[in-house]
Amino acid sequence: MLWQVLEGLSRDSAKRLRFVPGVVYADEGAACGQSPEDRAKTVAEAKLVLQSVGFPWHIVALEEVFSLPPSVLRCSAREPVGTEGAYKAAVDSFLQQQHALGEEQQSLPCPPRPPIRAGPPTAGQTEALSTLFSSVETLTAKEELLRTLRTHLILHVARTHGYSKVMMGDSCTRLAIKLMTSLALGRGAFLAWDTGFSDERHGDVVVVRPMREHTLKEVAFYNRLFAVPSVFTPAVDTKAPEKASIHRLMEAFILRLQAQFPSTVSTVYRTSEKLVKAPRDGCAAGTPGPRCLLCMCVLDVDTADSATAFGAQTSSQLPQTQPPVAQAEAPTVSCCCTGMGGARHCCRTEEDPRARVIEQLCYGCRVNMKDLPSLDPLPPYILAEAQLRSQRAEAEQIQEYLLEDREDEDARPGES
Amino acid sequence: MAAPLSVEVEFGAVVNPGKRAVRSLLFDGVKKHQVTLPGQEEPWDIRNLLVWIKKNLLKERPELFIQGDSVRPGILVLINDADWELLGELDYQLQDQDSILFISTLHGG
Repeated sequence: MLWQVLEGLSRDSAKRLRFVPGVVYADEGAACGQSPEDRAKTVAEAKLVLQSVGFPWHIVALEEVFSLPPSVLRCSAREPVGTEGAYKAAVDSFLQQQHALGEEQQSLPCPPRPPIRAGPPTAGQTEALSTLFSSVETLTAKEELLRTLRTHLILHVARTHGYSKVMMGDSCTRLAIKLMTSLALGRGAFLAWDTGFSDERHGDVVVVRPMREHTLKEVAFYNRLFAVPSVFTPAVDTKAPEKASIHRLMEAFILRLQAQFPSTVSTVYRTSEKLVKAPRDGCAAGTPGPRCLLCMCVLDVDTADSATAFGAQTSSQLPQTQPPVAQAEAPTVSCCCTGMGGARHCCRTEEDPRARVIEQLCYGCRVNMKDLPSLDPLPPYILAEAQLRSQRAEAEQIQEYLLEDREDEDARPGES
Repeated sequence: MAAPLSVEVEFGAVVNPGKRAVRSLLFDGVKKHQVTLPGQEEPWDIRNLLVWIKKNLLKERPELFIQGDSVRPGILVLINDADWELLGELDYQLQDQDSILFISTLHGG
């Protein structure tokens, strides 16, 4: 994809692309168990390729998720989408800008910026990351977690450096596999965002997938025929057997099917093109519902007032909830719960921080979290944002019941 | 009766920017092999070559590369930079100085 962008930006091409790109490389060696020497080697290789490309480049290590601010998980408001006229105006202003920069600088897509590279991650962060990934029980959950963290990291880099769009290099084959995998993981509600051309769930930064019409075979041939330099790194699931994770299984399934029925991938792809991003029934037009903490899609689980949701949640949580140490309120939990259906927030979730986080996740992310026995190794920004949101929700609830719940409020111990 | 052949066998992978690609770690990290196939009764074709590779070049986990008679689905085979599907796949007969390239498009292998 990088090569194609280069081609598109070059002065000789007929339809010149008009944007200012940068490249980000996320070093995930720690999650994959790579040794520091191997990682350094891979990063050096990547640096060489990035430098030869000439765009401003950023190398970020996955460990930096531990220093991300909770604002990453918030959807920022975006300027309203323009019409045809706005597009022309934007192109014109861009051209004027380039012209103002002077002819001699036009060979560089944007004024040369020093390559932004934070210092190498600290050993503490690397260890925290390996602890996190080794605490995950299944490979499926590991891959999903990696994907989520990587998205947040790239989003953060984009926001900090003022990029409005992120281009991902997902090919047709990869997206077909991703579509089927998402279905299997319970993310069916978000297929349109996960596999569509543009993904605006983050608000100010749009994720686009320009390569989604090219199959992997085409990409492979292109790379080979145009001698595109590549950097190889092991992934989380390298050398794992076929049934190790849902991702691997689905990949093997689709590719094997493709070998027998060559229209498999394109059929799945065409079907994914028909997916429409529609708001949930029952949501007032214009007011988006609460968003998932991790994937930032509008929550697809039943709202709090639904009887089935309450029943399902309570039955799945009661066996798990153990009274934490030094919690005098434990005996009163059961009577509070059965009493008021609407005030479930204030009595159940405060004793169980895990339940508080799980509540804010969509179905797919919840299933994932089941494979994470403890939420402590998660990067602090996730836990902080979860806390903030639940406190905000509690505050809203308490607004209504201010008089009745005065006792509970005073009696709640250890609320920081 | 086939004379000994000299072919070049190479292993590569596809890079997906935005996702990590995988080195074919099955072959000790060595990407290009100049191979001399011994003379034998039947002419050398890709089918025999795969058997030979399995016996001599694959260091571990053969099932990640070879499946049954052929390569695993998801591994592209290029013979002299041309898709092997155009040349008869397994039945293509090797010529001297041919270049065979295996590209893995799989995520974890």
